[in-house]
Amino acid sequence: MFQDIIIVLAIMILGLGIGLFIGNRPKIIKIVGALTSFSIFLLLFLLGIGVGTNDKIINNLPTIGIQALILSFGAVLGSLICAWFTYKFFFQTKKVD
Amino acid sequence: MKGSLIILSFFVLGLILGLTQFLPNSLLEGDFSIYALYLLMFLVGIGIGTDRDSWKVIKEVNIKIILVPLSVIVGSLIGVSAVSVLLSNINFGEAMAVGAGFGYYSLSSVIITEFHSETLGVIALISNIIREILTLLATPLFVKYFGKLAGIASGGATAMDTTMPIIVQYSGKEYAIIAVFSGIVLTILVPIIVPLILQFV
Repeated sequence: MFQDIIIVLAIMILGLGIGLFIGNRPKIIKIVGALTSFSIFLLLFLLGIGVGTNDKIINNLPTIGIQALILSFGAVLGSLICAWFTYKFFFQTKKVD
Repeated sequence: MKGSLIILSFFVLGLILGLTQFLPNSLLEGDFSIYALYLLMFLVGIGIGTDRDSWKVIKEVNIKIILVPLSVIVGSLIGVSAVSVLLSNINFGEAMAVGAGFGYYSLSSVIITEFHSETLGVIALISNIIREILTLLATPLFVKYFGKLAGIASGGATAMDTTMPIIVQYSGKEYAIIAVFSGIVLTILVPIIVPLILQFV
């Protein structure tokens, strides 16, 4: 699995290098954008099929949904608290100078 | 939001086809989703590389702004780790992989599906969609109680596009550039941090 992750990251970095090299060419950027959407659609379609044929997931969908919701709350609340500290100490402008 | 609905409809279409078993076996058994992921990562890389506006934004900001995406990363990971004690069948690492989606549900869910399991992939999909929806609905409240960076923090990677209008509306125009910067940094980091976390799960 470690190998797969390295491959995926290497492929992304390769793309990044090519992207920097290509630069600002609206036509290519448009095509890349369309292909990106297409591959996201394809992957989520495949994920949908995988989930639909996976009895373990289908039978536990309510549990999975609640777990996801709890994780969302955790992530959002944690981010809010950290951002509040950052705002208080670094961003908030003092009213009286 | 329109984009999210289109993405979701593809997922639901696949789900229905899977449920009705209305599919040729070759489609079910062939594991070509990893190649689709390779293609996606390659395209995401090109997309980031060619995005001159993003690089300009990153170059122009001062040091202080880096603290914003950093807060989102630290806050999200601590937050999901904390709530993972409530979840009997999700461990720290798995929770952190979901949290490291930062709202970027399409990419994080497919990476997690590929490198971990379909179950956690679905959790990441739902959880990160909820994060976006929560930001769209509750940003006024968040800003009131947690300051002007709240919408940006809650939105995570989506602060650069889908949740940006609501953020600007409640935090002010001067926060638009911070929202874009934070969103860009997090978007770039999702495909790096999620696989790295999964490596330790």
